[in-house]
Amino acid sequence: MDVLFAVVQAATLALILALLYRPLGDYLARVYSTDRDWKVERGLYRLIGVDPRTEQSWPAYLRGVLAFSAVGVLLVYVLQRAQTVLPYSLGLPPVPEGLSFNTAVSFVTNTNWQSYSPELTMGYTVQLAGLAVQNFVSAAVGIAVTIALVRGFARRGSGTIGNFWVDLFRGSFRLLLPLSVIGAIVLVVGGVIQNFNGFTEVTTLAGGTQHLPGGPVASQEVVKLLGTNGGGFFNVNSAHPFENPTAWTSLFQNVLMLAIPFALPRTFGTMVGSNRQGTAILAVMATLFVVSLTALTALEASGSGTAPELAGGAMEGKEQRFGIFASTLFGSTSTLTSTGAVNSMHDSYTALGGMLPMLNMMLGEVAPGGVGSGLYGMLVLAVIAVFIAGLLVGRTPEYLGKRIGPREIKLASLYILVTPVLVLAGTALSFAIPGVREDVESTSIWNPGVHGMSEVLYAFTSASNNNGSAFAGLTANTPWFNTALGVAMLLGRFIPIVLVLALAGSLAAQDKVPATAGTLPTHRPQFVGLLVGVTVLVTALTYFPVLTLGPLAEGLS
Amino acid sequence: MSTITPTTHAGAPGASGSSRASGAPDSPPDEHERRPHRHPKPRAPFGPRQLVAALPGALRKLDPRQMWRNPVMFIVEVGAALTTVIAIAEPFLGGPASSGGSAVPFGFTWAIAGWLCLTVIFANLAESVAEGRGKAQADTLRQTRTSTVAHVVRNYDGAADPGAAHAATTDASSADLLLGDVVVVSAGELIPGDGDIVHGIASVDESAITGESAPVVRESGGDRSAVTGGTRVLSDRIVVRITSKPGETFVDRMIALVEGAARQKTPNEIALNILLASLSIVFVVVVLTLNPIASYAASPASIPVLIALLVCLIPTTIGGLLSAIGIAGMDRLVQQNVLAMSGRAVEAAGDVTTLLLDKTGTITYGNRRASAFVPLPGVEERELVRAAALASLADPTPEGASIVELAAARGMAFGAADGAGAAGAADAAGAEPAPAGVAVPFTAQTRMSGLDLADGTVVRKGAGSAVTAWVEESGRIPSSVFDELQERVDTISDGGGTPLVVAVRDAAGDARVLGVVHLKDVVKDGLSDRFAELRSMGIRAVMITGDNPRTAKAIAAEAGVDDYLAEATPEDKLALIKREQEGGNLVAMTGDGTNDAPALAQADVGVAMNTGTSAAKEAGNMVDLDSDPTKLIDIVRIGKQLLITRGALTTFSIANDVAKYFAIIPAMFAGVFPGLAVLNVMQLSSPASAVLSAIIFNAIVIVVLIPLALRGVKYRPLGASAVLGRNLLVYGLGGIITPFIGIKLIDLVVGLLPGF
Repeated sequence: MDVLFAVVQAATLALILALLYRPLGDYLARVYSTDRDWKVERGLYRLIGVDPRTEQSWPAYLRGVLAFSAVGVLLVYVLQRAQTVLPYSLGLPPVPEGLSFNTAVSFVTNTNWQSYSPELTMGYTVQLAGLAVQNFVSAAVGIAVTIALVRGFARRGSGTIGNFWVDLFRGSFRLLLPLSVIGAIVLVVGGVIQNFNGFTEVTTLAGGTQHLPGGPVASQEVVKLLGTNGGGFFNVNSAHPFENPTAWTSLFQNVLMLAIPFALPRTFGTMVGSNRQGTAILAVMATLFVVSLTALTALEASGSGTAPELAGGAMEGKEQRFGIFASTLFGSTSTLTSTGAVNSMHDSYTALGGMLPMLNMMLGEVAPGGVGSGLYGMLVLAVIAVFIAGLLVGRTPEYLGKRIGPREIKLASLYILVTPVLVLAGTALSFAIPGVREDVESTSIWNPGVHGMSEVLYAFTSASNNNGSAFAGLTANTPWFNTALGVAMLLGRFIPIVLVLALAGSLAAQDKVPATAGTLPTHRPQFVGLLVGVTVLVTALTYFPVLTLGPLAEGLS
Repeated sequence: MSTITPTTHAGAPGASGSSRASGAPDSPPDEHERRPHRHPKPRAPFGPRQLVAALPGALRKLDPRQMWRNPVMFIVEVGAALTTVIAIAEPFLGGPASSGGSAVPFGFTWAIAGWLCLTVIFANLAESVAEGRGKAQADTLRQTRTSTVAHVVRNYDGAADPGAAHAATTDASSADLLLGDVVVVSAGELIPGDGDIVHGIASVDESAITGESAPVVRESGGDRSAVTGGTRVLSDRIVVRITSKPGETFVDRMIALVEGAARQKTPNEIALNILLASLSIVFVVVVLTLNPIASYAASPASIPVLIALLVCLIPTTIGGLLSAIGIAGMDRLVQQNVLAMSGRAVEAAGDVTTLLLDKTGTITYGNRRASAFVPLPGVEERELVRAAALASLADPTPEGASIVELAAARGMAFGAADGAGAAGAADAAGAEPAPAGVAVPFTAQTRMSGLDLADGTVVRKGAGSAVTAWVEESGRIPSSVFDELQERVDTISDGGGTPLVVAVRDAAGDARVLGVVHLKDVVKDGLSDRFAELRSMGIRAVMITGDNPRTAKAIAAEAGVDDYLAEATPEDKLALIKREQEGGNLVAMTGDGTNDAPALAQADVGVAMNTGTSAAKEAGNMVDLDSDPTKLIDIVRIGKQLLITRGALTTFSIANDVAKYFAIIPAMFAGVFPGLAVLNVMQLSSPASAVLSAIIFNAIVIVVLIPLALRGVKYRPLGASAVLGRNLLVYGLGGIITPFIGIKLIDLVVGLLPGF
């Protein structure tokens, strides 16, 4: 592998993100703080009967999130079931019930797990009016929830945490839409297709016939990445030349995935009035990102075995146009944000290398995580870290002047409990229920043995953490997986949101404790290190046993 | 002769606002440094004897109904029971089941069961030992509670017969006394219950409560009227109104406290318990889901091995020691002779950000001493010295005595006044016999004291305004003299001193001002270092004083406090506390007077002095039996230590899991996946030995850490970052490394067993 090439790519990505950090983060802070409404927003507020100046308590905010998402699930479900009567359906049949449920949940929860092959299942109307719309609004919901939590830290003695509808519309209209338009144009320039053509029949040089799909790809592609959604227009996602034609579009796609999650710490710092606090959170995220990316790249580049050694690296499943680093970079970005898009097949990584995308998700999608969900996940971990650190310095713990008492710890503890329980219970139930096990073994698992277990584990990890990437090699379009993964996605998305909003409410109600020499500073490298340690330790302790039964057993034997 | 006047000299305007009066008869403040504190009490170091003594208590705690309150250890107990059942059933089911693809040696299940039981017992032992330390003290206290006979006054009439000299009394048991009863206690009798003296004065032996053998004076009215049940009246006769309900007396509360019965969980303890419970749930899920997953591509582990894994992972170290830490924290306070009414108060003490300290007795020795004589122009210094000394001869206050002392040092010594011992006093070289005269005591009205000599000369000393007014009764003071006087008075005030103006009126009736005596507050040694220490802990010290702002400022600067409140009234104090709390600060203060009660109640940590009134003791959430206001600083330290100990052991406990994983996980599945041997970094001899060694380590570490839990982690007054860095290194990194070594060492022994 050309080390220089890898370094240049990484440096370019880092530079672009660094340049975006301040302006984008500050812009976001302004968007969610200003009193001025856009005309289109005012129209929508009138339409749904919301007063944008009325602030909501956390239960009211939560009701907004849940109601909006429930309507979203219903809408996407109905669109799929009624596909035949919709225009541009490409003559595709209605989507089956189980798959419709799974897909509706998947896109509303910002997961974009796809149990199906999109180009063979969804017509353009479902893709655009159902899936693409959710790609925007589910991302906006995530940011709204994280902004509500940040307000909880920023406010003192307040009973409200903002207005969900205002946050939702602003996130959609002022952030995701404009950025998507710019991004889509760049992608089209880079060669991504954007049309409403059906399949084109071409005769290849060898004389065979190929059906080349068309479609409004670029418009969907950009928000797939920008909103850390990950649901591709085509089955092979960003490994498809129409989605991701060149090495530089691949790099640009990384930028799209990372731009907002990495800028949100700045928004956080600006809104709580201390940019150092935002920088510290950024440092934690960046540290975890760099370490994970380096580990994955090292494992893949030094892949053992006859074929990898001949090829100078583990090339199986990698996109040959991009090489190892562009693949590991994309894989790390995609699993460390909750995107789940792929430009290479994680299933084909070396055994230990394949463990890293899993570990990335198991971290809880916090480095930097999905749009919004990454920051709130990290702030919850920070609450836990602050609690332990506070005890160690002999004071009731406080973070940004907010006391971390029994209620806050209860909410944070439950938060970190949710996804491990979903992942482990889901995986275990797949093998524990006799009927299900039979079905999983005979239908779903294509690679029996340890690797098959890893595939199931990966599926539940991806669904529970709302990532959406697949290890591949697993047929998930079965009643069990459509249902179980759908439930995992729903619970993995909304239980944490309930807890985060409750936390926001309890923090907002508190007064601020003034900082003294006895207050633990939470912007220094020491705290950054502690938070990295807590994040890694919590993950490692939870998942070490199950990983030894999967990737570790495979990789070490 | 003048009577004892507990109020300070009128030189300080508004000095009466200070609630701690100087020169009180029962606790001369300058004795604080000399009096040896009872703490730390000599106490046998923690050793095997305590463990054995605590064993029965530990076994009693095995009752599941009690264990339930500690979820972490309850899981261990359930695991132990389950393993024991399996161990018993095993021989009938064809020997130990293989686990994770490897055979399990005979006796393995029994060994696991045994060590799990020990783990629970060790944890209970810790709690028992901690409780045992308070038991001894409780027993002594209980003896004082034994029923005594109370002489209850029937139809007490406070107006007509305050001394109850003529009222009829009935005898009743002290246990039957009701709130509001009035009792008479005579010399030699035990006071039957907590109350306030409504009439009389008596010396009381309070050693049963405070451990201090010197008797204290208690009298009706004022700040020293409270008496405690179980203490003994040594002289005189007092009438006491009972202020506590039966069973809720001070002694009752003390017993409950030291025994740990009244221990309620503090907010931080609750939060920590939630975190530990949620970690335990995660590990329960990890273990429960392991076998179904392993059944697919690997081989399931046996139930004893799974239980062993679970017990190793859940935070048993902190779970087992948590309540011992809390009890020991209260115990450390008791050793300091401080009684906290709730654990919450102790914890709040660790969070305190503002300390309100009374100047008198806390920051200064509490009495001002004469440091210089400043004559007006045209006045011989000797004349001033003589007049000042004469005015102070009959003044029993420390200030007066210090003027006489300073005068003697300047060669102006007198014998005792009026014949009594005059000959003896005249022995001193250069001493003249004290002239005969009538002492004029200080009163709040005149704000002066002095001596009316037999020859008609009158000397007075006192506050500037009072003395000048007195002088002007006999004619105006020339304005030049007045200005000179004002200048000297201001200079002294600016320097933090108290100016005491001395004037004389001769027999002819001509009065004139002679000069000023410079009285100075003496700041206690080493205080500014302690305040610097507090500052680095993030605590602001605010000095409360009745002095004027200039004096207050100078003393504040000398003592090194961060802020001061001058001319403070109790209302000002309350307002200051509220202001601080609105800013998010936690406030601690001490107080002893009834007028301190609202502030004591408002403060987050209110330490009432045991010498104080019942109202003060009722309002505060701690009582200091030594009545030493500087102890507030120690209380803060103990509060912090309590939190740090919990945090340190939590960190240690969780960090231990890393090594335990590396011991158990490769061992669990080594039979199916020999490649996992790479993870066996400790090179443990066999899978069975690895699991057993981890369990043994897990149990032993609890016992090893009991002394630390009881003693508390050493607290260093450093900044938060430095403390965190140190504790993370010791308990975090140490917690990761220690079990690697410990488990390896245990494995070396266990490996010698046949089959392991």
